Amino acid sequence: MDNVVIMGTGPAGLTAAIYAARADLRPLVVEGNAPGGQLIVSCEVENYPGFPDAVSGMELMGLFRKQAERFGARFVSGVVTSVKALAGGYVLTCGDEPIETRAIVVATGAMARRLPIASEAKYYGKGISGCATCDGAFYRNLDVIVVGGGNTAMEDAIFLTRFAKSVTIVHRRDYLRAAPVEVEKARGNPKIKWMIPRVIDEIIGEDLVTGVTLRKPDTNDTEHMDCDGIFVAIGHDPKTELFRDLIDCDSLGFVRIEPGSTRTSAAGVFACGDVADPHYKQAVIAAGTGCMAALDAQKYLEMNVK
Amino acid sequence: MLNTTLKHLEAEQELKDALDTHKNVMICCGRMGPMCLPVYAAMRDLRDEYSNVSFFDQDFDGPAASYIKNLPECAEFRGLPFTVYFRGGKAVVATTSIQTSEQVREILDREFDGK
Ligand SMILES: Cc1cc2nc3c(=O)[nH]c(=O)nc-3n(C[C@H](O)[C@H](O)[C@H](O)COP(=O)(O)OP(=O)(O)OC[C@H]3O[C@@H](n4cnc5c(N)ncnc54)[C@H](O)[C@@H]3O)c2cc1C
Repeated sequence: MDNVVIMGTGPAGLTAAIYAARADLRPLVVEGNAPGGQLIVSCEVENYPGFPDAVSGMELMGLFRKQAERFGARFVSGVVTSVKALAGGYVLTCGDEPIETRAIVVATGAMARRLPIASEAKYYGKGISGCATCDGAFYRNLDVIVVGGGNTAMEDAIFLTRFAKSVTIVHRRDYLRAAPVEVEKARGNPKIKWMIPRVIDEIIGEDLVTGVTLRKPDTNDTEHMDCDGIFVAIGHDPKTELFRDLIDCDSLGFVRIEPGSTRTSAAGVFACGDVADPHYKQAVIAAGTGCMAALDAQKYLEMNVK
Repeated sequence: MLNTTLKHLEAEQELKDALDTHKNVMICCGRMGPMCLPVYAAMRDLRDEYSNVSFFDQDFDGPAASYIKNLPECAEFRGLPFTVYFRGGKAVVATTSIQTSEQVREILDREFDGK
C-alpha cells in the first residue's frame, strides 16, 4: 500500500509532492489530463514570487516538477476515475490498475466553465475556444470576442491583440473582477474594445462562427455583432465530482476543509489548491496549501500507521 | 517532440508509411496544451481496447504536420488539436479542438470495424 497518492500536478499537487517526497513518504503523483495544471497556458506569470522578470506557466510548472522528482516523487500518467474507502485507507482506480493508499491529497484544481448556450459545442474549434494561447494564432487579422471580466479574460484579450484585428471584451456586469493592473493594461491597448454589460444570447454561424447576438442585461435590448471568434474566460468550477460521496463539498462543489488545515471530512483525505479555494484561486496560494496538505498527511500517517 | 506515450510521427515519410501499412489510423496533431492533452489521454486509454486501430500523435509545429494541416477536412479548423481518422489511407473524419474519450470512442466505433 502506498503512503500517499497525490491527485494532480498543478502548483498544489506538485508542491505537496515536493514536501511529501522530502519527508520520505515516496508519494505517488497522478498527473491527470492536464499535467502542469491551469497555469501551463499562461505565457507570463508576473506574480509568482521569485521570478522578478515573469516566467511562463509551462516553465514554472516544469521547475516545480523537476524539484519534486529530485526528492523522489513518483509520477504516473492517467486520471483517477474512482475513489473508495477500504480498511486503513483508500483504493483508487487509474487506468486498469487499482492503487491502494493510506492517504490522499486531492489537488484536482478547477475546470474552465463553458458558455451556457446550446450551440457552443457545435462551434468548439470552429470559432469558439477556451484557450487563447492555444488557438489565438488561428485568428490572425480577424475580429474576436473575449467573454469574461476576470484576470484570465484581460490576459487573453491582451494576448489576442498580437494576432486579431480587434478584440472586444464582453462581460455581463458593469464592473470587472480583474486586478486593476490587468484592467489598466487592457484599457491601454488600442485594439481592445468593450461591450459591458452584455451577455451573449446566441452564437451565429454556419460552419464557422460569424457573429453573436448580445443582450444588455438591464434592459434586455439585443443587438447583433459580427465576429470570427469567441474566447471564453468565464471562470472555473472545482473538479470534485469524483469525491462528492466521499467528502463534504459546498453548494458550488468546493471541498470543505477544516479551517487552518487541509483536512476534509474523510480521515486521511486532504485537499489543497483551487479545488478547495472559492476565493483566491492563485498559484502561490495553491502551492502554499499544497505544502500544508503534505504536512497534514505526514502527521496523519505518523499518528495512524503503526 | 511531444511528451506523450503515443507513437510520434515526426517525418513525412513516417506518416506516409503509417497510412500505407495500417488500415485504421487515428492521428492527433497538436501541442502540449490543455486542449490537446485530453485527446492524447483518450487515445492512450483506448489504444488497448481498439487493437484494430493504430494511434499516433504529431507535433503541430513539426514539418510533417503540413500534411494534416493542409487536408481539406481541416481547412476551416481554428482549434488545436487537429485529429484525423484514416481508413485505407483516406481521411474519413476530422475533429478540431478538445474531445472527450466518449467522443473519440463514438467515432472509432462508427468508422472502424473489427475491434
Ligand atoms: C489562463 C490562466 C492564467 C492564470 N494566471 C495566473 C497568474 O498569473 N498567477 C497566479 O497566481 N495564478 C494564475 N492562474 C490561476 C492558477 O493557475 C490556479 O490558481 C492554479 O493553477 C491552481 O492550482 P491547482 O494545483 O489547485 O490546480 P490546477 O492548476 O487546476 O491543476 C489541477 C491538476 O489536477 C489534475 N487532475 C484533475 N482531475 C484529476 C483526476 N481525476 N485524476 C488525477 N489528476 C487530476 C489535472 O490534470 C491538473 O494537473 C491562472 C489561471 C489561468 C486559467
